[in-house]
Amino acid sequence: MTTVIDVEGVSKKFKIHHERNQSLKERLLHPRSGTTEVFDALTDINFRVSTNETVGILGHNGSGKSTLLKCICGVLQPTSGEIRLRGNLAALLELGAGFQTELSGRDNVYLYGAMLGFSKKMVDAIFDDIVAFSEIEHFIDTQVKFYSSGMYVRLAFAVAVNVNPDILVVDEVLAVGDERFQAKCIDRIRTFQEEGRSILLVTHQADQVRALCDRAIVLDAGRMVANGPVQESLRIFREHLLEDAVELDRTGAQVDMSIDSVTTRSGSFDVRSGAGMSFDVNITTHSAYSGYFMMEVFTRSGLLVSRSDAQRSPVNLRPGSNSVGVDLPQIPLLDGVYDVNVGIVDHHGTVIAWRERAASIQVTYDGREGGIVELGASIRQQ
Amino acid sequence: MSDASTAGFHRGSLDDAPVRVVSARANLRTRLTNLWARRELLSSLVFSDIRIKYKDSALGLFWSMLAPALTLAIYDLVFSVILKNGIPNFALYLFSGLVVWNLFQNAINMATGVIVDRAGLVKKVSFPREILALANVGAAVIYFAIQLAVLCLFLVILGHAPAWNYLWILPFSFVALYLLTASIAIVMSAITVYLRDMRHLMEVVLQLWFWMSPVVYSYEKTIAAPLHAHGIAWAYFLNPVTLIIMTFQRIFYVQTSVMSTVTNGGIINILPKWPMSTYFYLNVSMVALMAALFLLALTIFGRLEGNFESEL
Repeated sequence: MTTVIDVEGVSKKFKIHHERNQSLKERLLHPRSGTTEVFDALTDINFRVSTNETVGILGHNGSGKSTLLKCICGVLQPTSGEIRLRGNLAALLELGAGFQTELSGRDNVYLYGAMLGFSKKMVDAIFDDIVAFSEIEHFIDTQVKFYSSGMYVRLAFAVAVNVNPDILVVDEVLAVGDERFQAKCIDRIRTFQEEGRSILLVTHQADQVRALCDRAIVLDAGRMVANGPVQESLRIFREHLLEDAVELDRTGAQVDMSIDSVTTRSGSFDVRSGAGMSFDVNITTHSAYSGYFMMEVFTRSGLLVSRSDAQRSPVNLRPGSNSVGVDLPQIPLLDGVYDVNVGIVDHHGTVIAWRERAASIQVTYDGREGGIVELGASIRQQ
Repeated sequence: MSDASTAGFHRGSLDDAPVRVVSARANLRTRLTNLWARRELLSSLVFSDIRIKYKDSALGLFWSMLAPALTLAIYDLVFSVILKNGIPNFALYLFSGLVVWNLFQNAINMATGVIVDRAGLVKKVSFPREILALANVGAAVIYFAIQLAVLCLFLVILGHAPAWNYLWILPFSFVALYLLTASIAIVMSAITVYLRDMRHLMEVVLQLWFWMSPVVYSYEKTIAAPLHAHGIAWAYFLNPVTLIIMTFQRIFYVQTSVMSTVTNGGIINILPKWPMSTYFYLNVSMVALMAALFLLALTIFGRLEGNFESEL
């Protein structure tokens, strides 16, 4: 294990000009006009990433995650502090930003490779892989300005992942391309993980972090509020989202609500595969609230098994203690421990109260099917 | 992917891999190291710049010769034929100075707005930003090389031999020219981010600068005497382009060691009567001075670079 990214005491301040005087005349005539405000985008960030580690950076819009990423990639310089990097770094920030639209795809592959710091010889060796991965063989000698946006992004992604970086930085780009291409990208990221490379994944999608990361860092208003196991960080991330949601509540009626516990009548969360289960979610709320109940079930490796349909589960909560009953008539899951997250959302789907890992269901299974769900396939010979 | 690992990608231990540091301010040494490490990007950018410029034109690079050729023809017509300035082989005199001036002017004109124009790239991709300005200088050097080749062709056609014994000073003069041009290009590219007017200002400044340099007239023949009379001849040589242009003219225009040329029975001086050693020492000092200027330019760029993000 070698430390490949070492972020030490990094802060970044931006100057925001409220009146932009960029012409010489304006500057000479009114040297002091307009105000400048200093905005703290990042405050004293410290963390390390080692080889063989995939770290997620979570934060909602404006939390500073993109600024942090740009600092790590060297696009921005921190105002104070230092980032030390070891090995090649390829960043998937705004795919295709380095492309010259007047040049052909082929020329752009070499130019982009050079931007990422790879020599022509190195790009030569992987050129065919890049083209194959991007699936635009027929258009590689066409000027990039004639590409569709999908082709554009696929080519950029193909270059970045095929240059074999030691550190791959991914910024919410997995949302590009069609589903098949996305699967291919995720697949490539998994290969990277198996090869022991380091990946830094920036997202606000908790699912992606659960599915891919070993560890997660949570940023809130430029400060690092969590750096630890995925489940723990996700809990903190949700809590910070809630705090902000309360602050943003325009009606002024703050919803002070908490999910206290999840209990079963039998007292046990052990269940046999195929059997049913019921549990109660105990919620305390300060004022009456009409919202929707939502539940997520995850495997321990972070794969989302099921998310309930909130729109079909309206709840009317009274001030004080409430109990919401959940019936699972038949659990088709196979052997394993499954984590349950529960929460209350409003009609937009915005989380009002949430509890990460509110319960863990232990499923035992006697059959011989493998995987996570029993389909009960039966075979007939015709 | 398997063949990639054989093509020079180190996979194995990263313990020995060099550590790169991103911090508030890179020192000069780091800047130079980073620049050198990314020289391949520089050449990629130079050639892609040239390719983009002539991408859809039928005549391509030919245009890079046509425009200077036209300038040359016009100046020759105006100064030699109409104004009868009396400089023999004036076209060659003009050409020798113009190749230098074109490099200087092209590079600075292109580089002044380059960071503003490529803001998308600057804000998204990590590389030493001064490479953008240097790429413009690089492209100007390519055009310079083409024009120099045409100048040599001219010499052959006209049967006009250059001053062979001075030819070895040319590299010094070229290095000084490159460093001077690169320094101004780098600094201007950064200043323009903050003061967008610089683009227009620079066009005016370059015009003034052109007439302060002995390209279309001869310093010795026209203004040397009045300047000497006032004791301010040294001021003319504060313009670093002057020495470089004179050196190019000495090499390509003057055939023998004779500085004066006979026309209509009279003797006129066209270039200063310096011995070869003076040309050498002046050019070597200029290289040293310009190298210092280049380092200063990188330092200034580093200072200005920090706030690009909030200005672009």
